[in-house]
Amino acid sequence: MTYSYYPGCTLKTKAKDLDHFARASAAVLGFTLEEIDEWQCCGAVYPLGTDEVVSKLPAIRVLHQAGQKNQAMVTLCSACHHVFKRVNDDMRRDVDLRRTVRNYDKELDYDGTTEVLHYMEVLQRHVGFGVLKAKVQNPLTGRKIGAYYGCMLLRPGGVMDFDDPENPTIFEDFITALGGTPVPYPYRNECCGGYISLKEAEKAGQMAGKVLESAANRGATELITACPLCLYNVSKKAAGDVPIYYFTRLLVEALDAGIDF
Amino acid sequence: MHSNHTKNELLAISGADIDRCMKCGRCSASCPSHQAMDIRPHQFVSYAADGRVDALLECNSLWQCLSCFACIQRCPRDVKPAQLIEAARLMVIRQQGENYIDPDEIPGLLNNDVPQQLLVSAFRKYRK
Repeated sequence: MTYSYYPGCTLKTKAKDLDHFARASAAVLGFTLEEIDEWQCCGAVYPLGTDEVVSKLPAIRVLHQAGQKNQAMVTLCSACHHVFKRVNDDMRRDVDLRRTVRNYDKELDYDGTTEVLHYMEVLQRHVGFGVLKAKVQNPLTGRKIGAYYGCMLLRPGGVMDFDDPENPTIFEDFITALGGTPVPYPYRNECCGGYISLKEAEKAGQMAGKVLESAANRGATELITACPLCLYNVSKKAAGDVPIYYFTRLLVEALDAGIDF
Repeated sequence: MHSNHTKNELLAISGADIDRCMKCGRCSASCPSHQAMDIRPHQFVSYAADGRVDALLECNSLWQCLSCFACIQRCPRDVKPAQLIEAARLMVIRQQGENYIDPDEIPGLLNNDVPQQLLVSAFRKYRK
């Protein structure tokens, strides 16, 4: 299976590991990530205003390009995934938006039909956690791992369709498939502080601190995330006590995908 | 007239249906920023309904909302408070000279670990 792949700005810079580990694991698991040509930054936050159009164009271009290749589009960063999933939903539902976009660029004749998948969804829905489990070389036996979902993969649940937004299990099932012990905790789908950490680091730190405390109280000794901003906010607070990793790091470890740490 | 005009603009940009609100307060109870807000999400809806839009455009809550969508997810009436807050934020930063972040501030806010995602999202939320 070959997917159109959108890495996004941070996976080319501060979050190169998230990208490299995913590509190495895909090679082991037998699917191909074909990077979109000349992609632009998605904007990192979904434009919520109903009259926002220009800020949706980078995502629309990418979705259209994947659609022309008849490929589903795969993302890794939670923020990118959120933007693409929601802009795609807008383009499917909103005739006026489609017309405005076409008026701007008649090449962008796109109706929201490209399938948008998070890498974790590829593992669950296409590869299958049973198959993943069978390919594990180094099971994560005895490791107590908390999944940190954050906000953007889950909410709003109706559009994101990632998992139950209040009681998700996909990351825990992933941890189990890799041989680890998932540790559910109350704050796993609460906000890390997000973009507020740029101007008000202390307030973001309080929120990330609650996430960490909640996970540690339930016995987690490490956390995983798909989001570079969650990783930044939580690791600024964690100071090494409960390390937080990209979920793809556990994947390459368990699959023995040829990367040394 | 001025009040009605801004109320209509706010509602149009937001796409929120505030008439559905039954004032249960679950949005504010779910909000991770509610303690830092001067007008909390459930109050924000009431202010909008009353046409007190000028107060919303001046409040600090605009810069405290994290767009985490907890209020949208948990609202039993699908009112979408975060979209209302976003609309007010947009009405402010779309005005000339009303950005909440200046590029000249950035060097002082950086450290070696700041992900690009943080800069991009902050600029999207705080500046036009």
